[in-house]
Amino acid sequence: MQFGGVVAVNNLSLEVNRGEIVALIGPNGAGKTTAFNCITGVYEPTNGQVFFEDSLIVANHPRGKMKKAYQGMNSEKYLRTKTIAPTPDQITRLGIARTFQNIRLWKSMTVFDNVLTAKHMRARHNVFTATFRLSAAEERRMREETLALLEEQNLAQFKDELATSLPYGLQRRLEIARALATEPKLLLLDEPAAGMNPQETEDLGRFIVQIKEKYDLTIFMIEHHMDLVMRFSDRIYVIDFGKLIAKGTPAEIQANPQVIEAYLGVADDE
Amino acid sequence: MQFLQNSLPYLLAGISVGGQYALIAIGYTMVYGILRLINFAHGDVFMAAGMFMVFLSASLPLGLAIPLVLIITVALGFLIERIAYKPLRAAPRMSVMISAIGVSYLLQNCALYFTGGLAKVYPQLPWLSDTVSVFGAVTKRVTLITPVLTIVLVAALSLFIRHTRIGMAMRAVSKDFETARLMGIKVNTVISVTFVIGSLLAAVGSLLYFTNYASVTPTSGGMPGLKCFVAAVFGGIGSIPGAVIGAFIIGIAENIIKGLGWTTFSDAFTFALLIVILLVKPTGLFGEKATDKV
Amino acid sequence: MELRKNSKKDGLLTAAALILLFAVLLTMELTMKSTSILFTVLKKGVIYALVAVSMNLLNGFTGLFSLGQAGFMLIGAYTYAILTMPVAVKLSDSVYKYYDCAIGFELGILPSLILAGLIAAFFAALIGLPVLRLKSDYLAIATLGFAEILRAFFQWDAMGPVTNGANVMRQYKDLTKLRIPFTDIRFPPTLFCFLVSGICIAIIVLLINSSYGRAFKAIRDDEIAAEAMGINLFKHKEMSFVISSFFAGISGALLAMFQYTVQAAQFKSAMTYEILLIVVIGGIGSVTGSCIASFLFIACNEWWLRFLDESANNILGLNILRSGFRKVVFSVVIMIIVLFFSKGIMGEREFSWARLRAFFRDPFGLRTRRAKKAASGGEVNGNG
Repeated sequence: MQFGGVVAVNNLSLEVNRGEIVALIGPNGAGKTTAFNCITGVYEPTNGQVFFEDSLIVANHPRGKMKKAYQGMNSEKYLRTKTIAPTPDQITRLGIARTFQNIRLWKSMTVFDNVLTAKHMRARHNVFTATFRLSAAEERRMREETLALLEEQNLAQFKDELATSLPYGLQRRLEIARALATEPKLLLLDEPAAGMNPQETEDLGRFIVQIKEKYDLTIFMIEHHMDLVMRFSDRIYVIDFGKLIAKGTPAEIQANPQVIEAYLGVADDE
Repeated sequence: MQFLQNSLPYLLAGISVGGQYALIAIGYTMVYGILRLINFAHGDVFMAAGMFMVFLSASLPLGLAIPLVLIITVALGFLIERIAYKPLRAAPRMSVMISAIGVSYLLQNCALYFTGGLAKVYPQLPWLSDTVSVFGAVTKRVTLITPVLTIVLVAALSLFIRHTRIGMAMRAVSKDFETARLMGIKVNTVISVTFVIGSLLAAVGSLLYFTNYASVTPTSGGMPGLKCFVAAVFGGIGSIPGAVIGAFIIGIAENIIKGLGWTTFSDAFTFALLIVILLVKPTGLFGEKATDKV
Repeated sequence: MELRKNSKKDGLLTAAALILLFAVLLTMELTMKSTSILFTVLKKGVIYALVAVSMNLLNGFTGLFSLGQAGFMLIGAYTYAILTMPVAVKLSDSVYKYYDCAIGFELGILPSLILAGLIAAFFAALIGLPVLRLKSDYLAIATLGFAEILRAFFQWDAMGPVTNGANVMRQYKDLTKLRIPFTDIRFPPTLFCFLVSGICIAIIVLLINSSYGRAFKAIRDDEIAAEAMGINLFKHKEMSFVISSFFAGISGALLAMFQYTVQAAQFKSAMTYEILLIVVIGGIGSVTGSCIASFLFIACNEWWLRFLDESANNILGLNILRSGFRKVVFSVVIMIIVLFFSKGIMGEREFSWARLRAFFRDPFGLRTRRAKKAASGGEVNGNG
């Protein structure tokens, strides 16, 4: 992925297997969120491909002006594949849901409506049946499911409050609940523990494992809290300056000198 | 040669109108660059300048009336910003735009009240209103003066923005409003200066424009205003040279269309052009590309 | 804030209130002189209420700052006028003086009203394809531009055989031509306007409170989040745009019925601005607000402030009150509302019986004030 003359993510190859919890870590500005955005269709990668459940869902190669300006690697590798540039909603429809680093709840809506609205995509109604209440049964089912989801996340007591009036930690929970409402197979979490204290982080980790089991999910997350990453993920990818510098199990990563160097390098800035 | 003689008047008129549009378009583009606001009232400030001229020249000699018109228009632009836009600095962008529409509505209604809804005859400006002939085409002198004056003013403005402290502050604010404020730039002063410059140029533009069109009505600011905004978007909003080039292109194209006998579509064409440019190059000819951070 | 599902009792109350409203209207129409200014205000008010609500659907609920409403009203008004004009009139010289009318048939009032909406919606669908990809201000200016293009198109000579060029359209079926079905008794015109607008507004409210309405609000609140939750931005924006234009078209047709004559030159951007101001005064994102504001707007404009225009009312020999002063006062009031009461009359709230009861129990009391505070917690959303 290249923005203007800046190569944000270069020659990064990641693999997430079904049922895993995989973490993507790296110093600030390493390109983690950019990688997420490429997967979820927010950005079109300049050069590269994304596969999901064995089918190619995103593909691009340098075109037009970018042909000359491209500074990343593998400039020839994907030239012959067709460009596939789905919009984010199409990706979500395939079963990939996400949360955001800077919480993006719908701020004029209640907690309940935030989750209910995320169910819109999977509903079978059309605008006429919905407007004239011909699909009332479906609407009722959506509401019941939403309530169940909120109860499970211990958010039911806040259901009629504005989403933005919740405390920070609960807003993150709600964002996860909202993502679950789209019935995903792969859940991408962008710094789910940001701003949480150790106790909350611990709870969150357990919660992630719990929803993974319950909904048969695969989880791919960006996280800075090393305790969370080391305790709960099956595998870890480490990137710095847009490049992969290490991958492996938590134990392997902890012992990797390159990772330690990358992290110590930024420790001063933070 | 015959063709040239037929089309020359339209071309000359186009260049002239283009210059007048350019002077107004700069006001739009500068305000947008700094406040991200479509100042819907700017066209009406231009109309108000025309009205001031009509009323002042009725009782004062032109030598006194013209500078007074410039001063009053500048004061009007300054006051509009202070009263209608400044209190909404923290409000959502849509509120400010609505306030601008409200000001436009107010100015038009005031003009309607003071004129009684009648078109007012614009005073003849000696020398400017005189007719001259160029290559056999007869036209007013203002047609020839406009592009020259426009270029001189734009050059002066560019120098001002590039070489003065306040000009530097303006560039900083348009790049990043918040950071500029944090760096101690007096944002409100910068915004006021922007409105002062914009209104001054609009006043000059109105002198030239109405000399050509001979009458002012309360709504005569609306359409030129919109067209100038289109010109600013066309050139890439926020960019002064872009606005000038956009204005000349629109002025010339509009007059060529009139020359072809499609007068009904001369206004519509401007908007068609806008829509095409927005679709092909959404940031205009010289605009910078902006990406949202997710 | 969203309209809560009314309890059964509130539903009955609403029905009763509506029946009462229509009964009062009917009695008024049967007893009072039909030329009364009150009827003018009521009719025009309810027509503007419809177009204001349709604009609110776009600007307030979907967050699309569109300024094309006058253009779609124009399409609706012309479609209606052309379709309902009797063939005899079309063939004679009385309206189509310079052209031979190309539409050789006429339709009844109701099918024409619906077609007026459909054709406006069709044009909106075409226009929406390119412009809805644009963001906030660019969208505003592009829709404004399209409205101007539409106006030029309808005034175009080559369209003369259909639109009568830039000339006035008249002698179509206006409000006086309304009959109760299968009889020759006049249908009360004000009642008709209220019925048509009321049904349309009710449909819009149903839409807003459906799953699609929630999707629209999600787009308004945060496009990126909406897209990430599987809401197709373009599809939903186009839907909102087309539906809004459909109802703008119907309100245009009603306006044509109300006015007896219609001309393209009337549908300028100033008209869109007026509708936008109504929406703002009522509260962006409140249907009830738009309705209340349009009656207030029209009443002030056409009736209550009329005295400001009459020089006979001047006192102390000052010549302040004369034609046009009303509009000056009016625009100053609007500016005050825009600057100091930017949430408008209703903010984002809606009328509900529960709120009304609470108000009577505790008028302007502490509790109400606290509730207000809670309601204003969520800011009015622009396209910021």
